[in-house]
Amino acid sequence: MKPPAAPPFLARDSYRLRRLMDAARFLPAFGFVLMLLPLMREDPQTGTASAASEGAYLFAVWLMLILSTAPMSRGLRKTFEPPKTVPPKSAPSGSEPPGAKD
Amino acid sequence: MSFNLLVLTCLGYVALLFAVASLAERSAEEGRAGWLRSPLVYTLSLSVYCTAWTFYGAVGYAARSGLEFMTIYLGPTLVFVGWWVILRKLVRIGRENRVTSIADFISSRYGKSNLLGVIVTLLCISAGTPYIALQLQSIAQSFTVFVTDMDSAPVAGDRTLIALWVAIGLAFFTIVFGTRNLDANEQHHGVVTAIALEAVVKLVALLAVGIFVVWGVAGGPADVMARIDAQALPEWQIQPGRWTGLILLSAIAIICLPRMFQVLVVENVNDKHLATASWAFPTYLFAISLFVLPIATLGMELMPTGSNPDMFVMTLPLHLGRDDLALLAFLGGFSAATSMVIVASLALATMVSNHIVVPLWLRLRAAQGQDTGDMRLLVLNVRRLSISIVLGLGYLYYIMSGGSEALAAIGLIAFVGVAQILPALLGALFWRGASRTGAALGLSAGAALWAYTLLLPSFGAGVILPASVMTDGLLGLPWLRPYSLFGLTTLDPLLHALFWSLLVNVLTFCIGSFLSFPSPIERVQGALFVNIYERPGPARSWSRPMAQAEDLLPMAQRIIGAKPAQGFFQEQAGRQGKAGFLPDITPEFLEALELKLAGSVGAATAHAMIAQSAGTAVVSVEDLMAVASETAQIMEYSSQLEAQSEELSRTARKLREANDKLRKLSVQKDAFLSQISHELRTPMTSIRAFSEIMMDADSLSPEEQAHFAQVIHDESIRLTRLLDDLLDLSVLEHGQVQLDIGPANLRKLIDQAVTSSKSVQADRHFRILRSSDEEEVMLTTDAGRLTQVFINILSNARKYCTSDAPEMYIQVRQAQDMVEIDFTDNGAGIPTESQSLIFEKFARLTDSMHAGGAGLGLAICREIMQNLGGDIIYVPGQGGASFRVSFPRVLAARAPRREAAE
Repeated sequence: MKPPAAPPFLARDSYRLRRLMDAARFLPAFGFVLMLLPLMREDPQTGTASAASEGAYLFAVWLMLILSTAPMSRGLRKTFEPPKTVPPKSAPSGSEPPGAKD
Repeated sequence: MSFNLLVLTCLGYVALLFAVASLAERSAEEGRAGWLRSPLVYTLSLSVYCTAWTFYGAVGYAARSGLEFMTIYLGPTLVFVGWWVILRKLVRIGRENRVTSIADFISSRYGKSNLLGVIVTLLCISAGTPYIALQLQSIAQSFTVFVTDMDSAPVAGDRTLIALWVAIGLAFFTIVFGTRNLDANEQHHGVVTAIALEAVVKLVALLAVGIFVVWGVAGGPADVMARIDAQALPEWQIQPGRWTGLILLSAIAIICLPRMFQVLVVENVNDKHLATASWAFPTYLFAISLFVLPIATLGMELMPTGSNPDMFVMTLPLHLGRDDLALLAFLGGFSAATSMVIVASLALATMVSNHIVVPLWLRLRAAQGQDTGDMRLLVLNVRRLSISIVLGLGYLYYIMSGGSEALAAIGLIAFVGVAQILPALLGALFWRGASRTGAALGLSAGAALWAYTLLLPSFGAGVILPASVMTDGLLGLPWLRPYSLFGLTTLDPLLHALFWSLLVNVLTFCIGSFLSFPSPIERVQGALFVNIYERPGPARSWSRPMAQAEDLLPMAQRIIGAKPAQGFFQEQAGRQGKAGFLPDITPEFLEALELKLAGSVGAATAHAMIAQSAGTAVVSVEDLMAVASETAQIMEYSSQLEAQSEELSRTARKLREANDKLRKLSVQKDAFLSQISHELRTPMTSIRAFSEIMMDADSLSPEEQAHFAQVIHDESIRLTRLLDDLLDLSVLEHGQVQLDIGPANLRKLIDQAVTSSKSVQADRHFRILRSSDEEEVMLTTDAGRLTQVFINILSNARKYCTSDAPEMYIQVRQAQDMVEIDFTDNGAGIPTESQSLIFEKFARLTDSMHAGGAGLGLAICREIMQNLGGDIIYVPGQGGASFRVSFPRVLAARAPRREAAE
């Protein structure tokens, strides 16, 4: 039942895709950390953070996240290309797939 | 602006929605839904996340707490940016299993358990009802804010009346477009398209107000930044706990909210749309949030003190004389509220009908032994009723709560409520060991804590929870105070509830899963969900046919309608290569049928119904197990067969060996017989010849007669000896010999043998070289037999030793318990090629008759030695013939033959 073991090394394209997946997994973590930075900043004079500049910072982080996700998503769409679910057990001559016997 | 105009605008807008929705439905029916199901529409429909709470509430939130409002949008941004981790799998599983709601998802994963479906449904309703109330409230509020004309004040001022009409209108819309059809994966093209349109309206409205505020009122971005800092309140300071907690909470909520699950998973038609939404939806949120703080700031600056910041989006343009913008804002808020209510009530109604009403009804009918009737109409009607109930509950909540609280509070309370689903959901996606028991316990415990620490206190002290409980704790125990459970006083109530409920939820979920043992179907579903990417298609659960297609078709017709059902059956039959409407009942077909039905009534119900139609109530698990055990038996049987055939082949091999041996033995026997006949014939011939001569006695002299009689006598003796030898050999070979074991002195035995052997060719003088000391060995063996061997060797030497001065050297050695005796003469020895033959029967190296033996001597010797537990071998290269006799010094009662008997 065990699927055949994955090959230990990949071709360049698959390798790129794998690293893209890694990046897609890491991105939200990085984003979260960046979103926490305003917690650790304050104006030395007033002792408080400026709402306007922190807001600008947060929107900048936000924009950065969007701009990095867009190209990554385009790359990752490739993984959906080989339609895994589409071929619906086409059995033209009534021959049943294995496991259909009763 | 007049109230009538406002109502007219609303009605016009709603009419537009109706038109768009019915247009979309018609296109979908005609199969031209391509553009309707584009990633863009998908992304826009996701904006149902942004409700009136966002549209009005975010500005109020920003006015009260500064940047904190952003957390509500940053969390979902993270989830979508990280779509690859969770959402991708969630959407794939949902689509492949035709999940109809989040309750269906959880129920389906944990063994199609309806109990879990009920728990999740109840949780979602208790979290969703206040949220719906909030939308009704915001619409009602926006009406009263807008209307300044005194004539309509009695109507416009009555918020509850407006809320009622809004609720009725929305229920009508949802029923019309949400329960139009059953099946089709529970997807609602009309609703989704209408929602997408509403998404555009609310975004445009908010952006318009924002642009007006930033560039029309203030002097551009820089000016706005300065004004923000000028207006900043001390409460705007970011609180680390709330900041982090709210980002996480909103991230959880976007996955767990029933309405989000509806648009994100249930209405999804293609995985790729999610890839687009991963950046497009954060962009939408970004755009929605961009002008919130500027609007709040300018509202605070320009509006008279005491005005409600929740309404700034509308009241600010109104205050500044821009009625058109205000109207747009009103429509935006109206859109935000209605879209949320439509999707939420649709999602909740699906859950209520699939997990509570229909199973209950089915059980009732089954108990009464009635036929299940027309399911299709029933399910639709239940769905319609559920929508009305959900909206009615929302309205009731609005009336009861009095609509006084700040909008944001209710939204966050609902978030914490639905967050209780997260552990079970993540378990469903990533942990195969997560079990139904664990999920049920975790959900119940989390929901109970949420209700106690957040939901019930939110009604205000004394409404549901008595004031004494709020201040002194339950039963007067201070550590049970709802807002500071176990003495956790530093957390703010929301975080406090989030912390405790999720902690206990996860803990009970894990412990429950560790300790329980899942049912087979649960394990199958678990593997199916967690390993969604590792298999080509949906897993099989129907293993053998139980019902006829004729039985299943009526049932399917009742649920998905006659024509679609027949079409489906025909298609399936065609796929199997059959014409007509009735396909073979293969597991694949049942699988497909169940999925099809699941799209209408939910996985658990569909499963139960197929099981019911098949005539066996809980067929799946037992049947599966029966098949599994059958398989196990077959496997066992086949392994037995395998063992048997192995044994057979082993036996056959043995038989073959035995056969070979027998054939060899037969050849040996033939050779032996021919040998023995020859040996017997020779003396018999001479006996006959001489006796014939003697019969003619007259011509013979007495001397001659005596001589011939002597010859006959000698030959008879030879014959007798030969027969004796043969008998002896046969006895020895068969191990039937009786050994006469007793003490003996080796020297005496050799003495005896030397003496006895002297009779052979007595005239030859033989020199015997011996060492008396070494021969002084006491033996326990059969002395007679051993002597027989010695005599034989010595006699042979006397017969065959070719030396002129023959010598025999007898050397005795002891090695451990064995005695070795070498008999070596100084003759020519035995040629190498013959050495292996001498111990064979009738192996006489010379053909000379003078030896007087039948050639059995050494063969007998070897048999004797083996009977005595020893052996006799020829030792080459000793300067003559050399025989080594070895045997144990003490022979046990019955020594095993060295060469084990076959």
